[in-house]
Amino acid sequence: MFFQLLVSGLSFGSLYALIALAMVIIYKASEVPNFGQGEMAMISTFVAYTLLVSHEYSYAISFVGALVFAAFLGVFLEFVFLRRAKDPNILSLILITLGFQMIIYGLASWKWGADQRSLPFPISDFDIVHLGPAVLSYLNIATLLIALLLMSMLYLFFKYTKVGIAMKATQQNAVAARINGIRTNRILAITWAMSSIIGAVAGMLLAPIATLDPNLMLDPLVKGFAAAVLGGMTTLVGAAIGGYILGVIENLFGGYVSLEFKSIVAFMVIVVVLCFKPSGLFARHYVRKV
Amino acid sequence: MKAFFSIENLSISFGGLTAVDRVSLDVTPGTVFSIIGPNGAGKTTIFNCISGLYRPDSGRIIFKGEDITNYKPHKIAQKGIARTFQNIELFSRMTTMENLMLGRHIHMKTGVWSGATFFRKGSKAAQEEMRHRERVERIIDLLDLQSSRNQFVGGLPYGMQKLIELGRALALEPELLLLDEPSAGMNSEERQDLIFWIKDIQDELGITILLIEHDMRMVMDISDRILVINFGKPITEGGPQEVQQHPDVLKAYLGEDEALEHAA
Repeated sequence: MFFQLLVSGLSFGSLYALIALAMVIIYKASEVPNFGQGEMAMISTFVAYTLLVSHEYSYAISFVGALVFAAFLGVFLEFVFLRRAKDPNILSLILITLGFQMIIYGLASWKWGADQRSLPFPISDFDIVHLGPAVLSYLNIATLLIALLLMSMLYLFFKYTKVGIAMKATQQNAVAARINGIRTNRILAITWAMSSIIGAVAGMLLAPIATLDPNLMLDPLVKGFAAAVLGGMTTLVGAAIGGYILGVIENLFGGYVSLEFKSIVAFMVIVVVLCFKPSGLFARHYVRKV
Repeated sequence: MKAFFSIENLSISFGGLTAVDRVSLDVTPGTVFSIIGPNGAGKTTIFNCISGLYRPDSGRIIFKGEDITNYKPHKIAQKGIARTFQNIELFSRMTTMENLMLGRHIHMKTGVWSGATFFRKGSKAAQEEMRHRERVERIIDLLDLQSSRNQFVGGLPYGMQKLIELGRALALEPELLLLDEPSAGMNSEERQDLIFWIKDIQDELGITILLIEHDMRMVMDISDRILVINFGKPITEGGPQEVQQHPDVLKAYLGEDEALEHAA
């Protein structure tokens, strides 16, 4: 049973990890925890649903279409809301993200209503594979693999591409980036697009096993945020590992202790971590020099 | 004649304070032009206007015949103007090498897709990378930065960080280099080296230098022309000898009484 709980915990954890990554990417660039992240993913998932079910496009077109939508949505939100803020402090930025979170939530409720739908998915959650003593569905495996693939792409992107390195530079010192010829505004927009895409992938992987309604990402967002805090808001690797750890702990607790209280484990973990290592498990504690 | 770099009647104020008040200057290519003045005189503000971080209220900045007054910082960089900062602005969690490579940003053409085929034989991206690395290696040699090449710059000594910032500015291959108090925080030995390097940069690389500096010996040693400002207003401009003798300069630097004694 332990192995089973571990493996399915990892599968769930990879969704948390993706959401955590999406949040951390924006946090590092715009220095704001984006509480609209969940709703951005939710509405992108609805776009996939509409393309697929209402317009009867193929899976490929619908999913890619939803990701393109997610990218534009990210750029749009950064450009229209975040960039307009004059001399913003962290609190006003958080409020801005909460603001468009509610706007998107309202729009989605108006357009798609509160009906509980399910997103058709090409990979089944009922076909299973035996992996030693554990049982995994095709969807679990796909989730694990897609998350790993996305993460390695991100790693390569930040390490080897011009845009990725410019992004890192902008995060570390925006003024220095600008006077070295980097268009930091454009970099921020790209950051939001990327983050939005990653969130949308998480949403579309989650929708087939959850129910698709405007509340789709409510719980996962909090967990993803928790994972990011757990691993450290400033480290991509940390955030990803935080996601896996949270998924596994949660699942083990649900299996061995109590299914009912499974959800609160995430918050207990955060409280403990914040007490002993406030910057997160994997973040190097770094003090900004003035 | 088309001026290489000139500023005409530049003014900027913050709230009620006029930080820079109708400052003009004209820099001859290949020379070192220094701006001196007491703390808070508005020197760095002029630099921030040139590099596009501030928008001046009035006045024009002309570079090679082009009005660059309201260009954004990245555009200024693309035009070939690099700078260093009084308080070091490095990418502190990157190595020396990575910092210098970022200075080459405007010269990098490779996109995500050609970068992905990096390991293909004869890849354009690989060739480009080689060229950039060669350039950066030359700068590392020039400024004697070998020992810190692969270290994170955040933990390096102050003087070395200043040099790395200078190196990053050089990596941009500027035609005009703005140095904001390059010798601040350096010991006298490092200062001596810095003077040689600045002369090298001027002579061998042919880069024109606009300098803000408090170390008077250094300023008098390397400047071709000097502009003195106080409270944002220009006091006088001239060669090192002229400026040193100017009564208003003595007053600004030494205070009223001592200037009188000095004159007497």
